Amino acid sequence: MSDLLSIDLLLIAASAWLLIGLGGLAAPRKLLFISRVLFPLGALVSVAVGLVALVSLGQTPEVAVLAIGLPDLPFHLRLDNLNAVFALLLGFASAGISIYSAGYFRKGEGAAPGLLCLEYHLFLASMLMVLLADDGYSFMVAWESMALSSFFLVTTDHRHEEIRRAGYLYLLIAHVGAIAILLSFGVMTGGAGDYTFAAMRTQHLSPFWASVAYLLALFGFGAKAGLVPVHVWLPEAHPAAPSPVSAMMSGVMLKTAIYGLLRVSFDLVGSTIWWWGVAAMAVGLVTALFGVLYSTVQSDMKRLLAYSSIENIGLLAVGIGLALIFHTYRMDALAALAMTAVFYHCLAHAGFKSLLFLCTGSVLHATHERSLGKLGGLIHRMPWVAWLALAGVIAGSGLPPLSGFVSEWLLLQGFLFSPGLPHPWLNMIVPVAAALVALVAALAGFAMVKFYGIVFLGQMREPGLKDAQDAGVLERIGLVWLAVITLLLGVLPSTVITLIDAATRQLLGTGLAERMADHGWWMLAPISADRASYQPLVFLVTIVLSVLIGRQLVRRFYHGRLRRTQAWDCGYWFQSPRAQDTAEGFSQPIRRIFGPAFRMERHIPSIRDEQPIYSVKVEDHFWYWLYLPVARLVDAISGLIVRVQGGRIAIYLLYSFITLIILLLVARP
Amino acid sequence: MSISGLLAQLFAIALALFLAPLLTGWVNQCRAWFQNRTAPPLLQPYYMLHKLFHKDVVIAHGASALFRFAPFIVFGCMLLAAAIVPTLSTDLPFAPAADTIALVGVFGLARIFISLAAMDVGTSFGSLGGRREMLIGFLAEPALLMVIFTTAMISQSTSVATIVETLAHRDFVIYPSLAFAGIAFTFVSLAENARVPVDNPATHLELTMIHEAMILEYSGRHLALIEWASSLKLYTYSCLGLALFFPWGIAQGDDFLGLLMAIPLLLLKLATGGVALALIETVNAKMRIFRAPEFLGTAFLLAVLGLLVRLLLETRV
Amino acid sequence: MSAAIPLSTQLINLCASVILLLAFAMLAQRRVMPLINLFAYQGLTLAASTLVVAFTTHQAHLYYSAGLTLGLKGILLPWILHRLVRRLYVKWDVESLINIPTTMLVGIGLVIIAFNVAQPISLLSHTISRGTLGIALATVMLAFLMMITRTKAIPQVVGFLAMENGLFLAATSATYGMPMVVELGIALDVLVGAIILGVFFFQIREQFDSLDIRHLERLKEH
Repeated sequence: MSDLLSIDLLLIAASAWLLIGLGGLAAPRKLLFISRVLFPLGALVSVAVGLVALVSLGQTPEVAVLAIGLPDLPFHLRLDNLNAVFALLLGFASAGISIYSAGYFRKGEGAAPGLLCLEYHLFLASMLMVLLADDGYSFMVAWESMALSSFFLVTTDHRHEEIRRAGYLYLLIAHVGAIAILLSFGVMTGGAGDYTFAAMRTQHLSPFWASVAYLLALFGFGAKAGLVPVHVWLPEAHPAAPSPVSAMMSGVMLKTAIYGLLRVSFDLVGSTIWWWGVAAMAVGLVTALFGVLYSTVQSDMKRLLAYSSIENIGLLAVGIGLALIFHTYRMDALAALAMTAVFYHCLAHAGFKSLLFLCTGSVLHATHERSLGKLGGLIHRMPWVAWLALAGVIAGSGLPPLSGFVSEWLLLQGFLFSPGLPHPWLNMIVPVAAALVALVAALAGFAMVKFYGIVFLGQMREPGLKDAQDAGVLERIGLVWLAVITLLLGVLPSTVITLIDAATRQLLGTGLAERMADHGWWMLAPISADRASYQPLVFLVTIVLSVLIGRQLVRRFYHGRLRRTQAWDCGYWFQSPRAQDTAEGFSQPIRRIFGPAFRMERHIPSIRDEQPIYSVKVEDHFWYWLYLPVARLVDAISGLIVRVQGGRIAIYLLYSFITLIILLLVARP
Repeated sequence: MSISGLLAQLFAIALALFLAPLLTGWVNQCRAWFQNRTAPPLLQPYYMLHKLFHKDVVIAHGASALFRFAPFIVFGCMLLAAAIVPTLSTDLPFAPAADTIALVGVFGLARIFISLAAMDVGTSFGSLGGRREMLIGFLAEPALLMVIFTTAMISQSTSVATIVETLAHRDFVIYPSLAFAGIAFTFVSLAENARVPVDNPATHLELTMIHEAMILEYSGRHLALIEWASSLKLYTYSCLGLALFFPWGIAQGDDFLGLLMAIPLLLLKLATGGVALALIETVNAKMRIFRAPEFLGTAFLLAVLGLLVRLLLETRV
Repeated sequence: MSAAIPLSTQLINLCASVILLLAFAMLAQRRVMPLINLFAYQGLTLAASTLVVAFTTHQAHLYYSAGLTLGLKGILLPWILHRLVRRLYVKWDVESLINIPTTMLVGIGLVIIAFNVAQPISLLSHTISRGTLGIALATVMLAFLMMITRTKAIPQVVGFLAMENGLFLAATSATYGMPMVVELGIALDVLVGAIILGVFFFQIREQFDSLDIRHLERLKEH
């Protein structure tokens, strides 16, 4: 047992997941067995994966070769610091999601529970293999199985037309991205034909081919991550999938794409060019702004969270771009700052976004409603879900003392150094880009307040909401697990950064840990204490103390009497739940200020309408600018090609005849 | 963290708690003078807090625990902010707890809680106030960040204590970029503290309210805490502005004598700031709500101009 | 760092920054009367800046330039424009082709371009005020933007005159002013241009009964 490397333990974990999945297949309809035995087992395996990854941070990289695969290209696997960080993310996030799913899946929801168990654990195992893969072939095999298993998970409830459509769109864009990734790998082999990553690292590409490889990787991994303009599958697939699957996709699967981009741009390609960072930053900014603007105008709670995921992926791309720019100019200490921000944001987002999606799952189960216009006041009926969702909302808005703030703080600190860049244009434009990041973060707060306020607060918009039930025990355990992760990431940033610093050091050669070693674990001062410092524990303690001591002091000096009555509402007698803001109403300022960014169709009633109807439909511009024209073009081309299939036997025989004659003429010696 | 440091910090916090309502009273007094009417007594805010604490809390049937806890959380955030900003001295124990970016985060946290509390009761005014407050918030953040960038570039740090020390102990140099950043900061603080021209703190018309609409349902001790927190926010923003742009007179260590000697200068600076604020409020009218993006956009542009002017004029000579 | 910047350079930098600020304020201004006042302030600041340069470098002809700027751009031209506005009964809001926040964002982009273009040039110059070359170029470009995006006539004239302000600032900062002949020539050109524009406006008003230059689009072939 002592000579088992960490990578072997991870492979055992992946096989354990596969076995658990097969166990579900063996007894497809036994709900109790699957939900009380198999899913918790899967959660335990996840925790093990997380712990193994934690232990292996800072150790030397380990390689393994599996005998499966092509004859001259077996599966090469490798565990170094970079994929240890992402394996850590996978392990701990999926543990919470698996425990939640144990309590979530119920009878009669489309597919049999056993099939779901198989697809879910296959998904987990393939994500782990994507992280561990060390050559192009095994990477693509694992990538494809990830796409396929998630496709089946997304279309669980395949009886509905729009869910099938969403799954089809998802699969289509996933494959377009996969082709780009495969082409990128091909370029990086440099024509030598050796697809192992080790060979790609030693290849020296000319700047042109290196740029081609980078752009293909940006497109391919961006299609999986959800960068504009290949993001359209995300807002369709996430609401269509069951909530634990949405949580897994948003929290973990999108990060594997970020992992792939980091691996290609910092590890496999070698030297970087300055405009790669600018491209990534530009795409990231557009994506972030687009995602957050659209999330503020949604009326469906899961679509709101899906667009919010697009925004966070955009911020990750901005961080990667900033790190690339600093790295190209050899300002590696600052690149480490940006890279740490990227890693931290991956971890934080996995925690709070999964938490939020799982909370919407509980709300969906309790009320059978996804539309924001039919929810409200659920904090009274579902206190566990509501209070844990509050943690997710605060983290999602990027506010102290939770996890979302730390990564945003690190990113802004990185931007603060950008006026020192030696390039004459970048040192002026990049600081202004930081203002866009601040705008995105503030708009994210708007979207989160809308989400929480309309779903959980206020009055109930439908009478049926009175019968909503709170989440079950297993679901609560999953939610609490993720909330605790969010809190710990927020309050212990120094400790976490010291742990993941090994990955930064591996990619860039330098890290933040040496400079942070002089300060205590309670202070985060990545450059120096004079420069900037942040002590989240002080925040948490002060706020908690002020609540507790404040209540006591007020009661001691004055009194604590409280009376309940009808709401004041400026003296209006008629107070119906319909007087509250609707989802569309709450986002009116955004629609007014950022109007050109949306494609809106509004119908406003006139005074003379007997039954006035007000409707507003917000759609995606890219669908009409890019996807529909491309679809029409593909349709036209395939229409041309279809003419080749004439249908008459004589034509087909003629084709064979002509081919035969041409071959005879050409292949003459 | 020594005992004297801790005591000095507690003294600074107590001074903030005591002075904040006085500042609000002073601004009201100046406004009345400019508008040629008799002012309420200078200590009126204290009388109001006392009265409110005595009253019973009356809340709606549908209000949840979030509604009852939010005033305490908001008060705690403002107290933390007041403790971090160097009002009397730069070397107090809470100073390294946050730099300017984290301070913006604290204010954001308070804003989110009060917006959520406003939506909790489920009336139309609550959600109106909540969405308007978040609107002002997201427009002000880019401008505030650019102001922070400009000041941080001059002193090579975002820690407020370091900024104060750098500016106060250099020879007096005219920095045009700081002037631009200062004007932008004034615009942003007018928006954030719900003052004319963005919001009228004395309005009684619900459709013109932003801040008042959110606290419409609060009464008794909850309302007292929220009013106190608003005064603290104005005090903290003023002290932050003074620390970033007029830092002379702030003590360096945590000895008591130094703190005591910093108090008169602080009072003088705050009094001048109060007169300036009252003047701005009297001369301007409240804007339409959808002119607020233009107002804050101007602040953003001024701050960016300050940054660019700094890059052009002051780093290469 | 502070010892390296003498007081005169600080004052010049301050004046240049105020000129840039006024150029932006003119771009963002909605009403005509304050627009003319801002132009007057810009002229005053320009005169003050030239005065400081004259005092520090002891160049006598710059005193005359400062006086000329003060008289013409600070007092005479704004007075003429005020009278014109009153005679034409013009007190409308300034309308623009694109809305004001977008105009300001484009303005910021122009400032960035101007600063970057001017930086290598300013390193070659030897005057004490060479850092302000970028600001001068930015002022010219902002005034040009104002001419493009305004639909009424008077703001266009003001933009034209503000461009000349920027050119004057560029001359002072790069080369300690222009030879007197060149300066008088430019001033005469500007004067003649303003007279022609004035005649033009009366004609437009008689033809279309309004000073909105979009009416000129009607003068097309079809």
